Amino acid sequence: MLLKADNLQKQFDNTSVLKGISLAVNEGEVIAIIGPSGSGKSTLLRCLTQLEKVDAGRIEVCGKLMVDTISGLGYSDPKTLHEIILEVGLVFQNFILFPHYSVLRNIVDAQVKVLGVDKQTAVDKAMDLLDKMNLRSRSNAYPCEMSGGQQQRVAIARALALNPRILFFDEPTSALDPELTGEILKVIRSLAEEKMTMVIVTHEMAFARDVADRVIFMDEGVIVEAGKPEELFGNTQNQRTKDFLQRFNQN
Amino acid sequence: MRIDNVPIDLLIPNMLSASVKTLQIFFLTIILSIPLGFLVALARRSKYRIINIPVRIYQLIFRGTPLMLQLFFFMYGPYYIFGFTFGRDLACILAFAINYAAYFGEIFRGGIGSIPKGQYEAAKVLGYTKFQTFMRIVLPQVIKIVIPSTGNELMTLVKDTSLAQSIAVIELFRVATTAGSKYASTVPIVVAALFYLIMNTIVEISFKIIEKKFDYYKN
Ligand SMILES: Nc1ncnc2c1ncn2[C@@H]1O[C@H](COP(=O)(O)OP(=O)(O)OP(=O)(O)O)[C@@H](O)[C@H]1O
Ligand SMILES: [Mg+2]
Repeated sequence: MLLKADNLQKQFDNTSVLKGISLAVNEGEVIAIIGPSGSGKSTLLRCLTQLEKVDAGRIEVCGKLMVDTISGLGYSDPKTLHEIILEVGLVFQNFILFPHYSVLRNIVDAQVKVLGVDKQTAVDKAMDLLDKMNLRSRSNAYPCEMSGGQQQRVAIARALALNPRILFFDEPTSALDPELTGEILKVIRSLAEEKMTMVIVTHEMAFARDVADRVIFMDEGVIVEAGKPEELFGNTQNQRTKDFLQRFNQN
Repeated sequence: MRIDNVPIDLLIPNMLSASVKTLQIFFLTIILSIPLGFLVALARRSKYRIINIPVRIYQLIFRGTPLMLQLFFFMYGPYYIFGFTFGRDLACILAFAINYAAYFGEIFRGGIGSIPKGQYEAAKVLGYTKFQTFMRIVLPQVIKIVIPSTGNELMTLVKDTSLAQSIAVIELFRVATTAGSKYASTVPIVVAALFYLIMNTIVEISFKIIEKKFDYYKN
C-alpha cells in the first residue's frame, strides 16, 4: 500500500471541511475523486501533499509516517516530511509552471537542485518526457508562449521528472478550453496504462468511469461512497450519489 | 570664455568635480539602500510582530518626514544627544541610505507580495526548500516586477542628492548656487539642470535596457 489515510479531519475557521476521511491507495491503482464544489476534494489532496496540515488523523506514504494525531505523535520531523514530499507529485488545476524558466528548465531544475541529478542526465530525462508529451520541439519556449493544454503537459512532465510513486491531480482539465481537455486526458490515460499510481480529482465523469480502478464520491467533507466505476456510475444504491450524478448529467 | 558674465571655462570643471560628489552620494546610497530595503521588505513580511512593527514605524518616520530634516538630524542630532558627530559625508550617506531603504522596502515588499501563493506551493511539492524557493523561484520574478519602480526611485534620488547641500556637502547644486550668486547669473543653475538631466537620461536608458532584458517572459 502506497498511501494510507485514516480519519482525516480539517477545519477552516471553525467549519469542518474534512470530517473523518479514510483512504488507501495501492500501487498501480488509479483513483478518481468526484463530488460537488466545496465538498473538500482539493483540501483532501492538499492535506495528502502537505500543502495543508490536518487537524486530526493519520497519514502514511510509502511506509513513512507523515502525521499521526491518533497516537498523539503529530507531524513527523522535517526530514521525514521532506522525504515524503519526494514520493509524491501534484498537478494543479492552473498548471503553476515557473514563468521565468523555459519549458526545459521547468523540468530540469528540481531534478538537479532537489534530487541532485547531474545536469545532462536531467536534460535527457526532460527531453524524453517532453517527447512523451508531444512537446519536444517546444523545450525552449516559455510558459507564457504556450496554450493551457501544453502548459499542463509540461506541468505533468515536471512532476514525473522527479519519479514520484504517487501522482495527484486536482482537476487537471478544469482550467482548459473544452477542445484542449482531450490531450490531457490522453496523457493521463497513457500513464494509467503504464501502471502509474494516481489520485485524480475530476469533473470528467466519462473519463473517471473509463480510467479509474476505483471512484470515490465525496460530499460535505465525507466519503459518501467508494467503489468500482461500474458500480458507482452504473447502479449506485446511494441516494446522495444518485442525486449528484443526476444533477451532473443535467448540466 | 564668458556667458552672461560667467566664466564658463572655469565653472564647468568646478561643476564636474562637484558632480563626482553627487555621483558618490548616488552610488553609495544605491549600494547601501537596496540590500537594506530588501531586508526591510523581508522584515515587514515576518509574522513576528516584534520584527515587523518596529520596521513599520521606521518606514513611517522616514517616509513621513522630509529628507532634508533627516539630513539635519544625522548631521547635528548625535552631537546634541551624545556629544559626537558622524562628520558631514557620513551623516549625508546615512540619511540617504536609511531614507531610501524605507522606500525600497515598500517597493520590494509589494514585489514579493505579488508572487502568487501557487508558486510557493508548486515549489514545495517539488521538494524545493524554503530558501531554494525564495532564491530560485520568487526572487527572480520579484526583480522583474520591481525594476520599473526602482528606476523611478533612482531618478528621484539623482535629484534628491541636491538636498545634501543643506548640510554643506559640496555637491553639484551647492556649487551651482554659489556660482549663481557670485556672478549674479542664472547660467550656473541652468548648467546644473543640464547635468542632472544627463544623469537621469542615463538612468532612464539603463533601466529601459534592463527592462528589455527581462522581457523574455510574462508573469
Ligand atoms: N484556505 C482556506 N481558508 C478557508 N476556507 C477554505 C480554504 N480552502 C478551502 N476552504 C473551504 O473549504 C471548503 C472545501 O473546499 P475545497 O476547495 O476543498 O472544495 P472542492 O471540493 O475542491 O471544490 P471545487 O470542486 O470547487 O474545487 C469550501 O467551503 C472552501 O470555501
Ligand atoms: Mg477543488
